[in-house]
Amino acid sequence: MLFGKFISAIKSSLRNPWLNISLLVTLLFLYTPIIVLIIFSFNDSRRNIVWKGFTLKYYKKMFSNEILLEAFLNSIAIALITTILSLVLGVLTAILLWRFQFPLKSLYQGIIMIPIIVPEICIGIAFLVFFNWIGWPSDLIWPLRLAKIIFAHSLFCFPFVAIVIRAKLVSLNRECEEAAKDLGANAWHVYRDVWFPHLKPSLIAGGFLAFTLSLDDFVITFFTSGPETITLPIKIYSMVRFSVTPEVNAASTVLIVVTILSVCTAIFFQKENLKKGSFE
Amino acid sequence: MSARLISLQGLSKSFQGNDAVKFVDLTIDKGEFFGILGPSGCGKTTLLKMIAGLEEPSAGRIIIDGLDMDAVPANRRPVNTVFQSYAIFPHMSLEDNISYGLKLKGIGSGNLKKRVSDMLDVVELTGLERRWPDQLSGGQLQRVALARALIMQPKVVLLDEPLAALDAKLRETMKYELVKIQKEIGITFIMVTHDQQEALSMMDKIAVMNEGRIQQVDQPNLLYEKPKNLFVANFIGSANCLMGRVTKVKKGRAYIMLADLNQEIVAFSYENFKVSDDVQVIIRPEKLTFQDIELPSNHEKTINRLNGELLEIVYHGGVSTFRVGFKNKNLKPLIISQLNNHDQTKDGYRIGSNVEVCWRLDAATLVPVI
Amino acid sequence: MPSDRFRAKNENSRKVFLVTFLPPTIWLILFLLAPILIIIVYSFSQKVGLINIEVNWVSDNYWRAADPIYLKIFAKSFYIAGITTFLCLVISFPVALAITKIRQDWKLIILVLLMLPFWINLLIRTYALIAVLRTRGFLNSGFEWIAAHLGLRFEPIQFLYNDTAIIIGLVYIHLPFMILPIYAGLEGFDETLKQAAEDLGSSSMQVYRHIVFPLIRPSIFAGCMLVFIPALGSYLTPELLGGTDGQLIANVIERQFKHANDWPFGAALSMVLIYVTCGVIAAWLLVAKRKES
Repeated sequence: MLFGKFISAIKSSLRNPWLNISLLVTLLFLYTPIIVLIIFSFNDSRRNIVWKGFTLKYYKKMFSNEILLEAFLNSIAIALITTILSLVLGVLTAILLWRFQFPLKSLYQGIIMIPIIVPEICIGIAFLVFFNWIGWPSDLIWPLRLAKIIFAHSLFCFPFVAIVIRAKLVSLNRECEEAAKDLGANAWHVYRDVWFPHLKPSLIAGGFLAFTLSLDDFVITFFTSGPETITLPIKIYSMVRFSVTPEVNAASTVLIVVTILSVCTAIFFQKENLKKGSFE
Repeated sequence: MSARLISLQGLSKSFQGNDAVKFVDLTIDKGEFFGILGPSGCGKTTLLKMIAGLEEPSAGRIIIDGLDMDAVPANRRPVNTVFQSYAIFPHMSLEDNISYGLKLKGIGSGNLKKRVSDMLDVVELTGLERRWPDQLSGGQLQRVALARALIMQPKVVLLDEPLAALDAKLRETMKYELVKIQKEIGITFIMVTHDQQEALSMMDKIAVMNEGRIQQVDQPNLLYEKPKNLFVANFIGSANCLMGRVTKVKKGRAYIMLADLNQEIVAFSYENFKVSDDVQVIIRPEKLTFQDIELPSNHEKTINRLNGELLEIVYHGGVSTFRVGFKNKNLKPLIISQLNNHDQTKDGYRIGSNVEVCWRLDAATLVPVI
Repeated sequence: MPSDRFRAKNENSRKVFLVTFLPPTIWLILFLLAPILIIIVYSFSQKVGLINIEVNWVSDNYWRAADPIYLKIFAKSFYIAGITTFLCLVISFPVALAITKIRQDWKLIILVLLMLPFWINLLIRTYALIAVLRTRGFLNSGFEWIAAHLGLRFEPIQFLYNDTAIIIGLVYIHLPFMILPIYAGLEGFDETLKQAAEDLGSSSMQVYRHIVFPLIRPSIFAGCMLVFIPALGSYLTPELLGGTDGQLIANVIERQFKHANDWPFGAALSMVLIYVTCGVIAAWLLVAKRKES
């Protein structure tokens, strides 16, 4: 029913059919492979080339695959810690660039952009080489052994968070801070009553951004992980390379669902905040 | 002596080599509605922020009610500010906004509710405690800002161009409201504005400021009638200005030879002008009239007269302005402003005709040439 | 005295500054600058024996990178990234235009739908593409079905494991990144300019050529950069879709580290890739600045 409304909405603006066709075709192009993948996760066929029947057994297989579950746990743990680190570093960086003047500031700004600009493979091997050079121990217990990956992820995530927060800082009405002081607030009150509420939506957005970037990362993780620190994308990669059963589809589908849910939550959150009156 | 509330002594502020405020001395009395008037960039907002404690002076002292504010940070001064952008906290309800300062002081919530609703009555926003800032209009937000400051019962309320963001009609209403509230509550208000109409109509005393310095501090009518320099004369209302040199000073009257016109006029001299001083003669447009006024018998001694050509008549409804030019093109035309009288318009003046412009001796103000 | 308070306030703000400055800076030095420095050092080193590396400050690796084999791969990466960017541009323009014409309430939903695939894991998206493109995959099966109904014979097309597959994959991955900036540029476009042009006699096509395109050039540039740079350095897509011939520069670099074990050479290749990337960005900024003036 929603789909019908959707089609009619497009039809109602059908003044230029070619444009709308191109839009539809593009959407189809983007989603068909994914939908096919999801459908084939229910395929009752080991080699998963032709549709043979509906089954949930590969999902069962996936959920009992210990390595896969460990990989999933690792990914979540890494993403959570990375998010916290990225938020802290990102907020500090954003405030640093927004509030303070110091020599070589533009150079600093350029350096912050490096993790975003440089191809992931270069950053990945840079970490590989670095940790090898300083002789990072490879037999730590969990979760310490995830540290390498966490450090790497935090490095390329926090500039994104900094950008998101910096954008919001710019819209901060300086006079609100002055008004608070004028009414008797000290520095701590200013943080609690002016800055934090203003930044909250962007902190959430930044956090989601960092979480998703970390969860999905492949290339950098590829070079910083080892046999004892498998993450979900790495595990799926090895499954894709060696044994393409519907189990891969099942794992992928789960990851897709998690991603879509978190993105939708983030958007929902943004809308809520807009309703409550973010007064920019 | 006891009426004096605020004393600014030698107050200065520089930003990286740029002098925003230069050696300001001001005294403001208790219960006054005091204005700081000046063009954009003259330093008036900086001055206000220094009084509030939100800017550090580079030099000078601020004394409020006998206490030197040097060691007192903004959050502990007996001063509250109404900001130009209102600065209402967007994530708090009206009630929370207004009671913010009191909550910081630790006032209990029972007491708080009553005081907030009383204050809302004062600013005529009764019953809107639960509203959120994004649900209010500009005029209402401004009143919230005012309430938030007043509820703290400070010794001084500072207002930074509070009417600038309002539309014309609302501005008129708020002008009246602000004065009414100030008189009712009796707290000293210091208001910064660039609009001379606001200043003249609202304030008890005005400090005119330009380029970081105070030009003149006086009551509105004195600022208008007796400007101390050309800037004040031009900033408040409009002014005609004739350049000349003093030829004779006798019995409080100065005889001035006008440059470019080679004619002598007479004016009252309140400053100590000496012979051969250069002066500017400042006359307000409505003080000039045309030749057809009733000339009293001794008019030679009380009226000045100049001849010129009528260049332009502009009709403004209740008033018309006339421009009278002179043969010597160095001289700017005089602007004359007259009430439109039904009878007079019938006669009409003709563009291009020769007219005689007159003014009484006491209509002009003499100002030294800097 | 104001100076005393000034000094005290100064010290306090110094403390605040340091607390804000130190953590990110230490992080950057430790985890960005140090690794890159080591890579640079390695790129001037040589492999000795199986696993040892001798830092002897030679530029052999860079000379080796200039070998025709590797130059060809660089050129090929450029070429593929370029085609990808071009295709993205051609597809994005009508799509972005279509979005601007949709009813206001649906605009956000369409935009979210277009951006959603971007959030899904790169690996999964590429893998999904394999299922569609392979010889018994969705596309070929579909064609076979159509051909069967038309009574024709159908040879499955080899979509995968060649350069075409890489391009299709890269376009698939990066399309949202081109659509968004172009949409942003078109959405904020001043309609009255178009109307003025029509009033002066331009046809629809001419309006776009003379008015719209020049003014949204910055958005087009932004989109091109957002596609070209990642495409240039992409690893996963060529690895999975390109087959044995489909090697872009990132794959060659990876091989040095995971298989050939020639880290110094890999480091040199990485540095060259970084320089090339920075060069492209610098060129873009220069062109953008010149167009502005």
